[in-house]
Amino acid sequence: MCRTSVDHLIQRGEFLTAYTPYQPEIAQGTLQMLFEFQTQVARLLGTDVANASMYDGSTACWEAVVMARRITRRAKALFSTGVHPHYRSVARTMAKYTGDVLVEADPGLVPGTDWADLAAAVDKETSCVVVQYPDILGRIDDMSALAVACQAAGALLIAVVTEPVALGLIKSPGEMGADIVVGEGQSIGVGLQFGGPYVGLFACKAKYVRQMPGRLCGETVDANGKRGFVLTLSTREQHIRREKATSNICTNSGLCALAFSIHMTLLGEAGLRRLASTNHAGAHVAASRLADVPGVSVLNQSYFNEFTLLLPREARPVVHQLAERDILGGVSLGRLYPDNPALANGLVVAVTETTTEADVAAFAAALKEVLA
Amino acid sequence: MALNQSGWRPEMNAGGADDTATFTGNRALMLEEPLIFEIGSADTTGVDFDSVVIGRPQVGNLYRDAPIGLPGLSEGEAIRHYTRLSRQNYAIDLGLFPLGSCTMKHNPRLNEKVARMPGFADIHPLQPQETVQGALAVINELAVWLIKLTGMHGVAMTPKAGAHGELCGVLCIKAALKARGEDRRVLLVPESAHGTNPATAAFAGFTVENIPATPEGRVDLAALRGRLGPDVAGVMITNPNTCGLFERDMKAISDAVHAAGGYVYCDGANFNAIVGKVRPGDLGVDAMHINLHKTFSTPHGGGGPGSGPVVLSEALAPYGPIPYSARYADGSFKLVEEESAGEEHPDTFGRMTAFHGQMGMFTRALAYILSHGADGLKQVAEDAVLNANYILRSLEDVLDAPFGGSGPCMHEALFTDDGLAEGFSTLDIAKGIIDEGYHPMTVYFPLVVHGAMLIEPTETESKAVLDQFIGALRSVALRAKNGDPALKSAPHFAPRARLDETLAARKPVLTWSEPAVAPGTPSLSEIGGS
Repeated sequence: MCRTSVDHLIQRGEFLTAYTPYQPEIAQGTLQMLFEFQTQVARLLGTDVANASMYDGSTACWEAVVMARRITRRAKALFSTGVHPHYRSVARTMAKYTGDVLVEADPGLVPGTDWADLAAAVDKETSCVVVQYPDILGRIDDMSALAVACQAAGALLIAVVTEPVALGLIKSPGEMGADIVVGEGQSIGVGLQFGGPYVGLFACKAKYVRQMPGRLCGETVDANGKRGFVLTLSTREQHIRREKATSNICTNSGLCALAFSIHMTLLGEAGLRRLASTNHAGAHVAASRLADVPGVSVLNQSYFNEFTLLLPREARPVVHQLAERDILGGVSLGRLYPDNPALANGLVVAVTETTTEADVAAFAAALKEVLA
Repeated sequence: MALNQSGWRPEMNAGGADDTATFTGNRALMLEEPLIFEIGSADTTGVDFDSVVIGRPQVGNLYRDAPIGLPGLSEGEAIRHYTRLSRQNYAIDLGLFPLGSCTMKHNPRLNEKVARMPGFADIHPLQPQETVQGALAVINELAVWLIKLTGMHGVAMTPKAGAHGELCGVLCIKAALKARGEDRRVLLVPESAHGTNPATAAFAGFTVENIPATPEGRVDLAALRGRLGPDVAGVMITNPNTCGLFERDMKAISDAVHAAGGYVYCDGANFNAIVGKVRPGDLGVDAMHINLHKTFSTPHGGGGPGSGPVVLSEALAPYGPIPYSARYADGSFKLVEEESAGEEHPDTFGRMTAFHGQMGMFTRALAYILSHGADGLKQVAEDAVLNANYILRSLEDVLDAPFGGSGPCMHEALFTDDGLAEGFSTLDIAKGIIDEGYHPMTVYFPLVVHGAMLIEPTETESKAVLDQFIGALRSVALRAKNGDPALKSAPHFAPRARLDETLAARKPVLTWSEPAVAPGTPSLSEIGGS
């Protein structure tokens, strides 16, 4: 199993107990791994370049908004209603202190995204549009038209990917014209760990590289002409530029980036595509089984491995009743949007390669019982 | 050349001709390792999945048909690839890692085992709270320890690393000022501060002004007092500071700042020197981040993940971030999030990260604390300081110790490049010590002395290890003083010679791409391929 190999390798002391590779002659292991990681991430997200990782997806998302402000010299960020509410909450906190203006709202329980509305709302003050793909309700949509609208208005399109496995099945945001793509790499190699440490993915078009936050690893040669790797473009960073840095970030998520990279290497393209297909096929089966439960329907017309169920009553107590039956039945929209009663009946369900058909059957039976 | 911080210029082939070349490029156990893109293929996988037939993909027109370009390796190949890479890294597990202000101490493996217990490692951040009471209890118990060790009022556990913790503290200060209806714009930061301090202050919209230092390397209290006023939000001070000195006037500094209406942020990167001995709360500190990956031995991991909980004074605690784990009278734990913050924590500045902080680091840190106990932690600080003073006094006759006359140092010893031969620099000593089998000390930081070398041995090194390191550094320092030309091209025995950082920055190559076809080679279309 991947997990065993990944965990064995990241516990090698030479990775586990090394410091940031500031002395490249004796840190080529970490540096080459970061170079490989950056390439894997850039290719997966469909962009030119990626950095050596951020704390997590939510902080990467906010850093992307800040980066868009630096590039466009505008400060109005339009958030899709489908962006994870915790990510929006982080951005809202930071914007209070930086003066950015965030336009944001909760999603509606409708099958389609709000991206056409966003495209119409982009104006000359807009620094960026932030969309999540797949979004918080599991919906996926083509962002090409939105990218064109952003470009026409001089704004940047930021895409947030909270489930990178999806990109083994569906087009990358970069292919559809996103300028900055950020994400949460947790599901590849890192593990759940109650929310951290995770690994933030951060990638963008090559022309914006000098405005990126975080560490970057680059290729060079040594004094004998041998290929080697170093941390580079550090004039963006706080230890050189101090108060003029692109970000205050120092630490990245190196060991989690290593875990991500090892897992991705073990999968390879063929394995990733099969993993993604397995997830999607499982979700497909689960969606139809769960829709058979009386009173339950599936919101989504499109999804990868997460979709939203509409229950006949408030989902939040249902999750607790399912937990009493030893079933973790997903995340209720009531927990994510406690102040929005219109969303209370929504339940976001995920299916992964570890979910069996028996699991799905047990879940459907328990849900039926709880709702009866 | 602002891009090249070291000032070093590459001299290509300075190492001389290599008359023992091998066919493979390997040298016995020194194995060259290509990139995964050069040895893997898109069809190879180390994972055994069945092919899946999806009846009708529910992905609209978004099916990804173009190749992604992700090479795979079999499990055996992958293990070998990463094992070979690992052997090109220096690490604490290999030897002394004397990076000043980084606290590279031994990472006990018990911590790793605890962090991997399924009740901590395999739980979802948003699963029902009644199913994660143990995890919430760990967060709470670590919080109680951190409060106790620092003598503070509260602690914010969510910051993901030191700089994120600084941001947390500074945002608390912002929120407190706002609640008072004051718009103070200036944060005072000493020149010897970590780069993250001014960067954090600027990120939060503060103007950074420099605090002058005394000739002994400490904050100039009189000058600081003179600058305080209604526009000053507070100070960011590192204690012990990055010159390895304890700020003896810390209480007086705090009193003066408080009297002028400001707040005191303390950078806790060097807490290892005082843990169990001094409580920052007693010194009037309002906020201090604690790098769990320094003082509490969670592994550095090649540059992260870190974890930076922030202890807060009574004045700032009401503004700390959500979520946090609260303990109730019946012994249960509950996360205070956006939903309940209005009742339980109404003045919070908000959320800093999606979830509850670095749980995987909390378990490790708590395992470390519980296995050391209060007496063990006190001994950590004492031994760390003892080891650093042993280094300081053993080297001050060969290396310039600018503050050696200021009395004992704390956990790290500072030297400069004063007295080296013409044309020799701190960088040469750093690269020379690599050949002796050590990771170099922190170099060119702090900025307050010329060619700084900052050595932090930590408490986990024995006298025998320190003696060998001292011997090695004396030898290299003498070579630099005597102008040994071989030192200029060091390291000679590392996996790589000095790397051209200027080239890397001038023409950034940040991802791998298929090498261009050599000139003269016919392309596929020319030879009729497709």
